[in-house]
Amino acid sequence: MDYSSHPLLNHSPSSLRANASYPQSSSFTRQNLFQAINSALKHSLRTDERTLVFGEDVAFGGVFRCSMDLATEFGSERVFNTPLSEQGIVGFAIGCAAQGMKPIAEIQFADYVYPAFDQLVNEAAKWRYREGDTGGHIGGLVVRMPCGSVGHGALYHSQSPEALFTHIPGLRVVLPRSPARAKGLLLASIACNDPVIFLEPKILYRAAVEQVPTEAYEIPLSQAEVVKEGKDMTIVSYGQPLYLCSSAIAAAEKDFGISVELLDLQTLYPWDKQTVLQSVQKTGRAIVVHESMINAGVGAEVAASIQEGAFLHLEAPVQRLGGWATHMGLAFESFNIPDVTSKLLR
Amino acid sequence: MLSRALRGGHRALTLKRNVNVYVPLAKRTVTTDAASSHAEKEHVPEEDDKPFQVTLSNESFETYELDPPPFTLETTKKELKRMYYDMVSIRRMEMAADRLYKEKKIRGFCHLSTGQEAVAAGIEHAITKEDHVITAYRCHGFALMRGGTVKRIIGELLGRREGIAYGKGGSMHMFAKGFYGGNGIVGAQVPVGTGIAFANQYKDNTNTTICLYGDGASNQGQVFEAFNMAKLWNLPILFGCENNKYGMGTAANRAAALTEYYKRGQYIPGLKVNGMDILAVKAAVQYGKQYTTEGHGPLVLEYVTYRYGGHSMSDPGTTYRTREEIQRMRSTQDPIAGLKQKLLDWEVTTEEELKGIDKEARSSVDKEVEIAEKMAVPEATPKILYEDIYVRGSEPEFMRGRIPDENYYYEQSVREGGNLGRYEGERQAA
Ligand SMILES: Cc1ncc(C[n+]2csc(CCOP(=O)(O)OP(=O)(O)O)c2C)c(N)n1
Ligand SMILES: [Mg+2]
Repeated sequence: MDYSSHPLLNHSPSSLRANASYPQSSSFTRQNLFQAINSALKHSLRTDERTLVFGEDVAFGGVFRCSMDLATEFGSERVFNTPLSEQGIVGFAIGCAAQGMKPIAEIQFADYVYPAFDQLVNEAAKWRYREGDTGGHIGGLVVRMPCGSVGHGALYHSQSPEALFTHIPGLRVVLPRSPARAKGLLLASIACNDPVIFLEPKILYRAAVEQVPTEAYEIPLSQAEVVKEGKDMTIVSYGQPLYLCSSAIAAAEKDFGISVELLDLQTLYPWDKQTVLQSVQKTGRAIVVHESMINAGVGAEVAASIQEGAFLHLEAPVQRLGGWATHMGLAFESFNIPDVTSKLLR
Repeated sequence: MLSRALRGGHRALTLKRNVNVYVPLAKRTVTTDAASSHAEKEHVPEEDDKPFQVTLSNESFETYELDPPPFTLETTKKELKRMYYDMVSIRRMEMAADRLYKEKKIRGFCHLSTGQEAVAAGIEHAITKEDHVITAYRCHGFALMRGGTVKRIIGELLGRREGIAYGKGGSMHMFAKGFYGGNGIVGAQVPVGTGIAFANQYKDNTNTTICLYGDGASNQGQVFEAFNMAKLWNLPILFGCENNKYGMGTAANRAAALTEYYKRGQYIPGLKVNGMDILAVKAAVQYGKQYTTEGHGPLVLEYVTYRYGGHSMSDPGTTYRTREEIQRMRSTQDPIAGLKQKLLDWEVTTEEELKGIDKEARSSVDKEVEIAEKMAVPEATPKILYEDIYVRGSEPEFMRGRIPDENYYYEQSVREGGNLGRYEGERQAA
C-alpha cells in the first residue's frame, strides 16, 4: 500500500479546506499519525490542567512515539510512566476520572488490554449508571491503544479487539483512519462526557502522512463520514481497510463502470446508523469491511441493522468482508486480513 | 520519575500532587560475580564423573524468612563442562538469531537472552525432565535447555513449518515436553504455572514447577494472585523473578515500590541468587526443588542477572542505561567467561579441551541454523491457516474466511488426506 500518494490522505491544504470537519482559518502542517496524536495530547495538556497522560514507558515517548517530549514540556507529575500492570492502569485512571480529572491512559498494544477488560466493562462502562442520583461520571477517561496488523506481529501484537468493546453500553469506541481525523476525534474523545476507547491503527503511525490543521478542532463522535459519494453500492468500513477499499473502488469503477459510495464509521459504538441507512437506501447494495474477524464483529451489527432499516431498498444481500477466523500466525498474518483483490472479487 | 525538578516550565496552571513520591533504591546486594565460587585444585578428581565439592561465595544468596541453601555444591568435571557447553550453545544460538534478524530473515518480535544464560542453563542442571518450566517471551534458551532443538527454534523464528510451533508463534511462543512457553502477555504465565504445580501435586507427582517472570512482570496483579493461591494450597512451585534491572526502558526502581523481588511473596519465603554464576543458580534451584517437593510450599526466587542487548531487536538498549554499565557487566561479570575461568583455575579442563568444547558447541549450533535457514517457507493454505484452533478431529463444521467462498470445511480436509502429519522430533504428549 502506497500511502504517500493515496487519495484518502490530504496531501495538500486545499483538500482539507474543502472538508467542513476542519477549522477553515487554521494553518496546516504535514504530520503522520503519531505526530497528530501527539498534537492532540499536547493541546489538551496545555489547555486543561486536569489532563494526565500515563502508561508503560509513556514518559519516554511510548513505543510508537505518541507521547514524545510531553514529559519534558508538562512535567513528570502529569505525564508519567506506570508500572507494568494494565488492570491497575485502567482502574487507576477510572479513579482519577471519578475525581474530575482527564486521564488519558495508554495501553501499549491493544493485545495487552485484556487484563484491564474487567475494569473497562464492569467499572468504567457502568460508572454513570451506578452513580445515579449523584450525577457523577468518568467522562474524562480516554484509553488509547494501538491495534491492527503490521504483517509480522504474530499472536500478541496484531489483534483488533474493537468488537469486544462495541458490545458494551456505556463505552464509546473510536477508531480513526488518518492523522487529521485522529486529531479531531481524539480531542472530541477527551471532551466527551463518557469513557472512550480510542484505537489507533499502528501500521499508520509513520506510514500515513497528511496535512493536519495546527489549530485544535473536534470531529464529532458517533458520526460517520461519507468519504466518497457513489450511486450503485455502499462500502462501510473504518481504519486501515478504508485505504484498501478506496483502491479497490477506483479499480472497480474503472473496470465495471459502477459508482461506489465509501463511508468511514469513525465511531464504532454508538455508531451512526442514520448515515449508513441513508446511503444504502440510495444505493441498494452494501458491503461492510473490517480487518478483524467477521464472527460477531462490527460488520455483523452493521449488516443486521441495514437489513432491518433498509430491507426494501436492498438489491442484494449485505456482504461482510473481514479477517479470517483464526489467530495471527507469525508467518501467515498477511493472509488473514482483507486485501484489495478480495474486495474486487466481490 | 516524578521529581519536581523534571517539571517543565510550560505549565500555566498549578496542580499540586500532594503525594511524596517514593523512589526506592534498587537493591542488588548479592554479588553478580560469575567467578566467585571456589574449589581446591587438589580436590578435583581425575575421573570425569567422580563427584567433588565446590564452595560458593558467601555473597551468592540472600534469604527472606528462609534458612540459606548450603554454600557447598557437589558436582563433577563432566557436569561443569556440560554447563559450559550449554551456555555457549545458548549464546551462539542467540547470536544467530541476532544476525538473521538483522538480515531481515526473522521478522516481528525477537527477544534475546544474551547475558542471562546462567539462569536457563543453571535451572536445567538442577531439575529433571519430570519437572516443569514456564516463562515469558525471553524463552529461546529455556526452550533449548528443555529439549527443543536449535534447528526448530531458529526455524520457528524464521516462520517455518518445521519450527517448534509450526512457525506460527515466532520468538515468544515455544513449547516442549515439560516446557509451557514462551508467553507474550507479561505476567500471564505466573498463575498458569501455579495451576501446573497444583495438578502435579494432585497427581502425587514428586516434581516441582519453575515459574519465571521478569522484574517488570512482577508488578502485574496476577503475580500476587498466584502467590496467594500457591501459599494457600501449599504448592510445589519455585516462582522466579529474573531481575535484569529493566522492564523495557523502565528501570526496576522506577516501576516497583519494593525492588527486593525475593521478598515480594510476603508470606512466602524468598531466596535471592547470583544469577550470573551458574553454580549458584544450580545450588539455589536444587535446594528449592527439595524444599518444595518435601511439602514446604512455594518459594520466591530472584535471579540477579543482566541482559546485554536491548529489550528486543528494535531497542538499542542504550537510552535508559549507560554504556559503561553494559560494558562492566559484559567484561567483568559474564557467566560464560566466569565459568571458563573457574574450569581452568581448578584444572577441570585444559585450555585446549575447552577450545574443543567451544568449537563443538558452535559448530553444532551453526549446522542446525544452516538447516533451519534452508527450511521451505510454508504454504499459506487454508488447511494450515485453520488447523489447531480447535483440537484436531473435534473441530466445528467450518470456519469463516474473509468472504464466504473462503470458508473452510474441516471434514473436506479429513477426506482429502487426513490431518497434517506431525513433524519429526515433535513433542510427544506428556
Ligand atoms: C500485558 C502486557 N503488557 C505489556 C507488554 C509489553 N511488554 C513486553 S515485555 C515488557 C517488559 C517486561 O519486562 P520484564 O518483566 O522485566 O522482563 P524482561 O524483558 O526484562 O525479560 C513489556 C512492557 C506485554 N507483552 N504484555
Ligand atoms: Mg526485566
